[in-house]
Amino acid sequence: MIISLSMLAEAWSAMGANRLRTFLTMLGMMIGVAAVVAMMAIGQGAQLAVNASIASMGSNLFVILSGASTSGGLRVGSGSAPTLTLLDAQAIAELPSINAVAPAQPGTAQVVYGSNNWSTQIYGTTPDYLTVRSWPLESGSPFTETDLRSANRVALIGATVAKNLFLDEDPVGKTLRIRNSPYVVVGLLAVKGQSLDGRDQDDTILIPVTTALQKLFGSQFQGSVRFMMAQAVSPEKMERAERDMTDLLRARHRIAEGADSDFTIRNLAALASAAAATTKVMSLMLGAIASVSLLVGGIGIMNIMLVSVTERTREIGIRMAIGARRRDILLQFLLEAIIISVIGCCIGVGLGVAGALGAMEFTGTKVSITSQSIILAFAVATAVGVFFGFYPARKAAWLKPIDALRYQ
Amino acid sequence: MSDAVIRIEHLHKSYETEAGVFPVLKDVNLTIGRGEFVAIMGPSGSGKSTFMNIVGCLDHPTEGRYFLDGNDTGHMDSDELAALRNRTIGFVFQGFNLLPRARLTENVALPLVYAGVSRAERQQRAIEMLKRVGLGDYLRSFPNQISGGQQQRVAIARALANRPSLLLADEPTGNLDSQTSREIMELFAILNRNQRITIVLVTHEQDIAAYAGRLVRFLDGRVAHDGAMTAAPESVPA
Repeated sequence: MIISLSMLAEAWSAMGANRLRTFLTMLGMMIGVAAVVAMMAIGQGAQLAVNASIASMGSNLFVILSGASTSGGLRVGSGSAPTLTLLDAQAIAELPSINAVAPAQPGTAQVVYGSNNWSTQIYGTTPDYLTVRSWPLESGSPFTETDLRSANRVALIGATVAKNLFLDEDPVGKTLRIRNSPYVVVGLLAVKGQSLDGRDQDDTILIPVTTALQKLFGSQFQGSVRFMMAQAVSPEKMERAERDMTDLLRARHRIAEGADSDFTIRNLAALASAAAATTKVMSLMLGAIASVSLLVGGIGIMNIMLVSVTERTREIGIRMAIGARRRDILLQFLLEAIIISVIGCCIGVGLGVAGALGAMEFTGTKVSITSQSIILAFAVATAVGVFFGFYPARKAAWLKPIDALRYQ
Repeated sequence: MSDAVIRIEHLHKSYETEAGVFPVLKDVNLTIGRGEFVAIMGPSGSGKSTFMNIVGCLDHPTEGRYFLDGNDTGHMDSDELAALRNRTIGFVFQGFNLLPRARLTENVALPLVYAGVSRAERQQRAIEMLKRVGLGDYLRSFPNQISGGQQQRVAIARALANRPSLLLADEPTGNLDSQTSREIMELFAILNRNQRITIVLVTHEQDIAAYAGRLVRFLDGRVAHDGAMTAAPESVPA
């Protein structure tokens, strides 16, 4: 079947004969497509935001918490008993399934620079922390092995800290005070943004773990840290790495067969994929709900095409009498349905994109408009046109010439 | 007989209704040769319209055979019948049956669209046909902008556009005044005389039928009279 220019012109003029009705039919299509495009943009935007948060956490990540302490029957929660040591971290780093390990000792302190002061989260850790968290430096350099060994007072600061203490100044090389001790800022961390639970990850200072333990926070158990972060060499090695670390730590801590571990290993990748799966389901739901309006739009097209076929029965009869074959009539009506749905789709895509951008403008929701979602909308609209246009077109084409011609 | 445009043998047509089978045409036999101008008359319900529909390949006979230009139409599928209507037959209806949204040239060119003729040639032939029926000044008009007689001329131009060998006219003057009717009939007579187009025309009116060379009279589904126009008994009531 060849679709000629004159057939398109024919369909166009038939649609023009009843402009309001054509427009209303298109409107159903427009709203459907606009809803799908906007909802997909918002859903994909949410997915991107979640994925970005997950990526900002670091990939293939484990958190190893020191075990719960039991003192006089009172359990105080993970991280309160000093079971993980810096030597444990070194041993884990030797495992072939582990890429890097960073011990971390957190604490909160008031930080002062000039006349500005700021309270922030301080982590005593090693340069491996930057590897594990996939966290590059904006400027400066990480602290060194020497800094670690001699427990030097050096610091890497996050963007939020820099903004609050140094305003517009370049912080690298400056000296700030943490609990009245001077620390040289050796590097500025790149901006990471919010974590999955909404914390500002840039509101932080990293210092050598030795400095933290010996000079800043002090500890009754020298050499032990609250937690460690470990990175497996690949996503496939996650399970292996978890097993290796458990075996290693249990052996090092001399835990008897069958007894509880004095540490907890959490697989953050599993948490992340659960979060990603949730958003994906959400965005699919949005798309599915929007698709219902597309379906309703399609039914609208079928409805109007059926009316149109009935109204134009006589015209169909005339065309058949002067030589139109069934497929000519079929194609004529099918073409009209497709044109209506494709034009409706074009306008709908415009409305959907405008709606998504408007949502971003007024609510701050992240949206993502991809060419795939637009191509998909077009494909679906054409399919809807063909699907819902086919029955009325077939009804027209299968009329008997004499019945159509006699129709009043 | 070898050059028969229409050859009908033992044609029966009956409709099935709730009240039972209702016969409309009973054993009709008729042959119409090339270049003939035949008027078909008969009272309402005599079967002449049904006969015309079958001759026009718009309807199927219940029984019997119909050869158009020597081809047996009984074995044709809907596409072949459409092609036959397109190339061999031209229709002129009582109600003109023009497409209201199409310009006169587009109306006349419509059979050529279905014949697969190129756009340029369609346009050129439509103009030529409209000029031949005396409407060269109305090429860009729409059907509702011209008179009934002019509309029927457009319909004739459309019927002739694909150069058919047979023109079927079902009461072509039924909606026209007597002056216009005469003009239309003269156009038919000229087409028949000058271009040897076979014309079969249904009418109620004796003076319209008088333009034809042969008269076939239907009565109760049968051919009651068939003969040259001069032999037509004037006294038989229409």
